[in-house]
Amino acid sequence: MTDLTTRPGGPPPQLSLRLALRDVGGITRRNLLRIIRTPQLLFMSVLQPTIILLLFRYVLGGAIRVPGIDYVDFVVPGIFLEAVLIGGMTTALALAQDLQAGMIDRFRSLPMARPAFLAGRTLADLSRSILALGFLIGLGVLVGFRFHASIGACLGGVALIIAFGYAMTWVYAAIGLTVKDPQTAQMAAILPMFILFFASSALVPVATMPGWLQPFARNQPATVTINAVRALFEGGPVFHDLWQALAWCAGILAVFFVTSLSLYRRATA
Amino acid sequence: MNAEVEVEGVTKRFADTLALNEVSFTVGQGEVLALLGPNGAGKTTLIRVLTTLLKADSGRARVAGLDVREDARAIRSLIGLAGQYATVDELLTGRENLELIGLLYHLDKAVYRRRAQDALERMSLTGAGDNLVKTYSGGMRRRLDLAASLIARPPVLFLDEPTAGLDPRTRNDLWQLVSELVAEGTTVLLTTQYMEEAEHLADSITVLDAGRVAAEGTADQLKDRLGGNVLEVRVTRREDLERAASLIAGLGRDAPRLDPKERRIGMPVQGGPRELIAAGRALDDSGIALDELGVRRPTLDDVFLALTSSPPQATVLTGAAE
Repeated sequence: MTDLTTRPGGPPPQLSLRLALRDVGGITRRNLLRIIRTPQLLFMSVLQPTIILLLFRYVLGGAIRVPGIDYVDFVVPGIFLEAVLIGGMTTALALAQDLQAGMIDRFRSLPMARPAFLAGRTLADLSRSILALGFLIGLGVLVGFRFHASIGACLGGVALIIAFGYAMTWVYAAIGLTVKDPQTAQMAAILPMFILFFASSALVPVATMPGWLQPFARNQPATVTINAVRALFEGGPVFHDLWQALAWCAGILAVFFVTSLSLYRRATA
Repeated sequence: MNAEVEVEGVTKRFADTLALNEVSFTVGQGEVLALLGPNGAGKTTLIRVLTTLLKADSGRARVAGLDVREDARAIRSLIGLAGQYATVDELLTGRENLELIGLLYHLDKAVYRRRAQDALERMSLTGAGDNLVKTYSGGMRRRLDLAASLIARPPVLFLDEPTAGLDPRTRNDLWQLVSELVAEGTTVLLTTQYMEEAEHLADSITVLDAGRVAAEGTADQLKDRLGGNVLEVRVTRREDLERAASLIAGLGRDAPRLDPKERRIGMPVQGGPRELIAAGRALDDSGIALDELGVRRPTLDDVFLALTSSPPQATVLTGAAE
């Protein structure tokens, strides 16, 4: 590349995979810097699952009996999942902010790879979720949660939580680009989080829920993922839950990657 | 001279409003064209079409010899865009902002690092380069925004209301920078609501109104187009304003425009001295006390008011003509 003013003439250089990944790296770095420079947001994204964990471990947990498993071992994997879900909410908020501030216009007017902007956003938010997850695993162990399976299976469980969280950041990306307004984005992002987390097997077994709710609660992606994660942590047959959970992750990722990218291409504040 | 920006019959509709209606113009290489128009005239929509952010419904547009539809990505590496809202990241430093944009223009690291440093110096931001942008003043942000749009040294620059909301001194600094860029051969298309800005910076002016080109030419050509002079009257007592206007209305080529706050009447006239004397006599005969009476050349403001459908709030158009 030369240092002179670029003049038209000759075909422009093709957008290579190397350049596209470099774009992703640049945007990820930008977003990570933003995360580091707003530690209060990082703190809030850890505080919320911490409160839920302590609430269900010490306040409500005593009243909940789950056959065949200690309640702490039952609920803590659910809270891990909640931690990555709440981390994804900031994706919606951050994208709505970028849209309103005109940052998205600026990035779209650059020759960068189009998916790089969203990939850089979701990867930065994933990093923060992993940080929060690390903290909560430590806290979980501190309040009595134990991994019972092989180290490989347990790492697999953690990886599955991360994969689910990442797939969900693309749902939040679509929400942020649809509602466009930061305040609305924050409210709108709570909705999937509430539905997926509370109407799931995260806190109580699905069998204790009213009959009309059970079919949804049993088959929705968060429940399937939590069941697979528990099975991986506890040791035991995991195959059925695992492939279903992976299929959900792949499906959510594929659908919302395409949706978000299309919204981004047409985005107007 | 080669046309660096060519717009031909560009039309864009949003729901039930026609934002751009068969807009056509060209900007030669190294020229500055100002798109002048009131709010909602379609200026920003046009910039968005030309910077590949928005697709027109019909018509053709070429930037740097490339079609905005077919060669969008190639165009993006040849243009710079500085927005109405300073689109720089508040939580990054000035330098980080510039380096990120340089990276995304696919410049080599050594190149964008050096250029970021150069740009900070040129924009008098050296001291603040490593501070977060949220500590910057409005003028500093605008300069950084402009620097970011220049980091790839693009041959074509789009400036969407570059000085909106800036104090006069900062505005002059920015004008100075734009003039320097033009001297170096950059083609500039800028939008503005300020006649003064268009007159100061632009080689030619395209007046947009309600999505269509209302007029085009140099500032002088536009003034000549309006023709004649403007008769100006300032009455002493505000309550005389309406009566004075109706007394002189017959002398004008166009209805008098009233500014009640300033107690002022402005009216385009064909000639000059003759109308001035006639107006003075008529007003004096009716005993209306005057603070000022005169004839002046039309300003671009007069042109703007005559050409566009939405006059500024302060001006009241009267139906007092004969």
